Amino acid sequence: MLLEITDLQVFYGRIQALHGVSLYVAQGEIVALIGANGAGKTTTMRAVSGLRPAAHGRIRFDGEDITKLRADLRVRRGISQAPEGRGIFPGMTVLENLDMGTYARRPGREQRQQDLERVFGLFPRLKERRMQVAGTMSGGEQQMLTIGRALMARPKLLLLDEPSMGLAPMLISQIFSIIKEINGQGVTVLVVEQNAQQSLSIADRAYILETGLIVTQGKGRDLLADPAVKAAYLGVA
Amino acid sequence: MKFLIDNFWTLTSTGLTQGAIYALIALGYTLVYGVLQLINFAHSEVFMVGSFFAMWTLNALASHEGHAGALLIIGLLVLAGIAAMIGSGITALFVEFIAYRPLRRRNAPRLVFLISAIGASIAISEAFGIFISRNILPVPQLVQPKVVLTLFGSQIYNMQVIIVAASIVMMVGLDQFIRRTRLGRGVRAVAQDQDTAALMGVNKDRVIALTFLLGGLMAGGAALLYTQQFGLTRFNVGFLLGIKAFTAAVLGGIGNLRGALLGGLVLGLAENYGSALVGSQWRDVVAFVLLIVILMFRPTGILGESLGKARA
Ligand SMILES: Nc1ncnc2c1ncn2[C@@H]1O[C@H](COP(=O)(O)OP(=O)(O)OP(=O)(O)O)[C@@H](O)[C@H]1O
Ligand SMILES: [Mg+2]
Repeated sequence: MLLEITDLQVFYGRIQALHGVSLYVAQGEIVALIGANGAGKTTTMRAVSGLRPAAHGRIRFDGEDITKLRADLRVRRGISQAPEGRGIFPGMTVLENLDMGTYARRPGREQRQQDLERVFGLFPRLKERRMQVAGTMSGGEQQMLTIGRALMARPKLLLLDEPSMGLAPMLISQIFSIIKEINGQGVTVLVVEQNAQQSLSIADRAYILETGLIVTQGKGRDLLADPAVKAAYLGVA
Repeated sequence: MKFLIDNFWTLTSTGLTQGAIYALIALGYTLVYGVLQLINFAHSEVFMVGSFFAMWTLNALASHEGHAGALLIIGLLVLAGIAAMIGSGITALFVEFIAYRPLRRRNAPRLVFLISAIGASIAISEAFGIFISRNILPVPQLVQPKVVLTLFGSQIYNMQVIIVAASIVMMVGLDQFIRRTRLGRGVRAVAQDQDTAALMGVNKDRVIALTFLLGGLMAGGAALLYTQQFGLTRFNVGFLLGIKAFTAAVLGGIGNLRGALLGGLVLGLAENYGSALVGSQWRDVVAFVLLIVILMFRPTGILGESLGKARA
């Protein structure tokens, strides 16, 4: 098991956002975590990457307990998160943002070039814009940049928080096929999404989160066919 | 008015010299503010400690009178500069570890940091006043004053050239460090977004310590230059100078490295032109009136942006 979360509880002050979430992600999988606004998806991601402490429960990664590990050290273990929204460094250029992705592992010149080529291969737009100040890019371009930057860390586990948010419909299906492609290159992916249709169709397995609790889990395509899921998350009556 | 016009170039060169020292100290305020949104009021003492280290080094090494060779003087100045930078750097780190880090651990409200800053400032200054001396202490000036060039009829002294040149070298070095190196990118990352920086594997505490250290090194350099310009120091030498440098940082746009440079120079010039106009006893008043006027029209300072957003 690459990632294993057991009975995770997370608070914001007195507000409890997660009431005991358990889930796992196996090596090589794409796992989707879907749920309505405020269900606790981002909170789960932040707990895994270490930005939010766990009040209770355990997070194991790659065979080790990382529940108490600092966020910056989790990156070194191989967890890389593309944060929700425009989580870029607005004052840095695209290239500098991508270089930040390699901060922890300090690649050599050749390694860095190789990794850049790989990211530019997935997102040609970033190559055209590499000298642009990231804060002036469009929302969709910034979204690509956060994913590209997370890949620069060469993670074992890639955490994507709403990668399709704010993207045009054309780009949305493109982003999901890129996620598949990244997964095909050997990266395990945990993806949080509002877009249940798309994420369920690429996911090996999926969890549905409701107000801080996992209410349903199963294979991506089984959930797609589930009438209750259809009604609640796919906008089908 | 006539005095201002007659002495314009002399006032300009004095102003730039003064301004260069302000700018070096201002960098410390701006760096820490850029990363922590905190005014490190103890930075004035970081400067003061540097000036004492410069004094001790020069007293120990330059005691024998007579005309030393240029190489020896340069060597001594470099040594004293290194000593001052070490003294200031250690003081800056000390302040961060003792006065701020424990508060960050406890998520203390902003106001508490401010009080801690003022406390650290007074404590360090008074410790030097009590354990070392409350008097004005002379510092050996190694460079014999000499006019090196005459510009538009005004005389430029060697020390002025040294101060401006040394300041520029230090500032360019810092600027390049922040812009081009991996650690510098880490500093900018934490300044722009602490959470995202952590997601990149940046150790926030280490970056914060680094910014204090960098600010300290700049203040140490400024301290040596100051002692060589004025030939003295005192336990409270940082007080007014710190406020002026802080003013310069705000003037240029706090959080912005190049703003600190610009703010320092503008302040140095304005003080000199202003005191020529209305009398030198008004020098400090001119500085603060300028601050108020500029902030009225440009609340974020001349250059405005923060360390994070600035491409600098
Ligand atoms: N910083 C915070 N302070 C207080 N409460 C918070 C904070 N961040 C999130 N919450 C609360 O925690 C709960 C879960 O929030 P979270 O951001 O994890 O939801 P989400 O599933 O990611 O929603 P969305 O789809 O809108 O992004 C919500 O009720 C939210 O109001
Ligand atoms: Mg969210």
